[in-house]
Amino acid sequence: MTKQIIIPFGPQHPVLPEPIHLDLVLEDEMVVEAIPSIGYIHRGFEKLVEKREFTEYVYVAERTCGICSFIHGLTYCQGIEEIMKVEVPERALYLRTIWSEYSRLHSHLLWLGLFADSFGFENLFMNAWRIRERILDVMEQTTGGRVIQGSCKIGGVRRDINGEKLAQMSKDLDSIQQELEELTNVFLRDASIKHRLKNVGVLSRDDAYSLGAAGPTARGSGVAIDLRKTGYAAYGKLNFQPAVESDGDCYARCMVRCRELFTSIDLIQQAIRKIPDGPTDVKVTGAPDGEYFTRSEQPRGELVHYLKGNGTKFLVRSRIRTPTLTNIPPLVKMLQGCELADVPVIVLSIDPCISCTER
Amino acid sequence: MTTEEQLTTSIELGQLIGRVEKFKKEGYRLVQVNCTKIGEVYEINYSFDKDFVFRNLRITVTGETEVPSISGMYWGAFVYENEMHDLFGIQVKGMNIDFKGNFIRTSIRYPFGAAIPKGEQP
Repeated sequence: MTKQIIIPFGPQHPVLPEPIHLDLVLEDEMVVEAIPSIGYIHRGFEKLVEKREFTEYVYVAERTCGICSFIHGLTYCQGIEEIMKVEVPERALYLRTIWSEYSRLHSHLLWLGLFADSFGFENLFMNAWRIRERILDVMEQTTGGRVIQGSCKIGGVRRDINGEKLAQMSKDLDSIQQELEELTNVFLRDASIKHRLKNVGVLSRDDAYSLGAAGPTARGSGVAIDLRKTGYAAYGKLNFQPAVESDGDCYARCMVRCRELFTSIDLIQQAIRKIPDGPTDVKVTGAPDGEYFTRSEQPRGELVHYLKGNGTKFLVRSRIRTPTLTNIPPLVKMLQGCELADVPVIVLSIDPCISCTER
Repeated sequence: MTTEEQLTTSIELGQLIGRVEKFKKEGYRLVQVNCTKIGEVYEINYSFDKDFVFRNLRITVTGETEVPSISGMYWGAFVYENEMHDLFGIQVKGMNIDFKGNFIRTSIRYPFGAAIPKGEQP
C-alpha cells in the first residue's frame, strides 16, 4: 500500500485571496481526500440583526461580500418586501436588474483575472482587470460606489439613472463587448490554457446536483439551475437562456463564466431598452412580521437569505446561505483523484468567496 | 413583487429522516439547513428545491435534543450541520464529516445558542 501523507493547503496561499484551509491526503502526487476547514474570518453579521433595525440592516447585508455586495442588498430587500407585501415600482426593478448584471460582469472579470493568474498567465490577468475597471467606473458613476453601492433600499432604489446616462452606458457596452470577445477568445482557444484546464477537476452532472452545486459550478456540469429564471427583479420581462456546459471540468466552468459575460451585456441592453418611466421607490411603513426564504442568482450561484420578523424593528433571524458554502462539498468531490499541482486551479474554479461564506 | 410559493411543513423529530428520504427519492436537491432560536427552543429548517419548487421541513427542538444527520442522504449537508453545531450548540448525530466544533471558529462558544457563563467559555 502506498504511504499516505497529509499536505496542508492554505489558509494562506498565493492563489487564495481569502483564507480557506484544506488538508490534502496524498498518495504520491495524487489527492485521495480533501478535508476543508473554514472559520478564519467569521464576522458574526447574522448576529447584528439583534442590534440593527431592519431598515439599517440592508447596509450590513450588502457588506457581507466585497464583490457581489449589490446582490446581497437586493436579496435582503426583496425578502423584507415579500414579508411586508411592498409593491416595488417597476423602474426600480429594472435598475436593480441593471446593477445586478454589472455586478456579475465585474465579478466574472475579477475571477477570470485571478484564474489566469493561477495558471501563470499574468498578461491575461491584467487585461481582464483592465476591462473590469470600465465596469466599476459605471457602478461608481451611477451609484456613487465602486464596490459597496448602497443604492438598494426597502421599497425600491435610492438613485435613478437618467436617459442620457443609460444611452451612454449602452454605447459603452458595445465597445466593452468587443474587448470581451478578444479576452474570452484567449481563455477559450489558447492551446496552453485548454491543456491546463481540460479534464481537470471533473464534476459529473449527478454529483453536481446531489451535492448541491450552485451557479457556474453547477452549470459547468450540465445542471441548468439559474435563479434569474424565477423572474425576480425585472428578469421575468427579459429574454435569456442560462449558459450551460456539460463537461464538468475547469474549462467548462471557465466557459460558462465567459458566456455569461455576454448574457449580462445582453440583459443590460434589453433592460435599458425596456425600462419604464416612473418613481423609483415607495414609502414603507410598519415592521416585518413573518418569514421568507428569498433567493437570487449571484455571480457564484444561488443565494438564499432567510428572514424572520416578529413585528418589531429588529428581525428575529437573518440567515445568509451563500453559493460558496454550498459549493464546498462539490469542491471536495472534484479534488478526489486529482494531481497535487492541479489543486490551486481546481479550488479557484469554483470562484470561492470566503468572506461571504463565513459572514 | 414575485412571490415564490414556499410550503413549510412542521414535522416531529422522528419523522425527519423518512421525510428527507422521500424528498431525495423524488429528486429534490438540498438548498440549505438553518436554525433559529425562538425563546428556549430551536427551529431547524430543511429546504429543498426541484425545478424551482421550494419546499421546507421544520422541526422544533430543545437545546438538549440530539438531531439525526441527513448527510447519509445528502452528502453535502455536513456544512450546514457542522455550522448548526458550532453556532447554536445543536448536537447532530451521525455526520459524515464531523469537525467537532472547529468548522466555524468563534471567540464566544455557540454565539446563537443558550448563553454560557463566562467562566465556562473555552
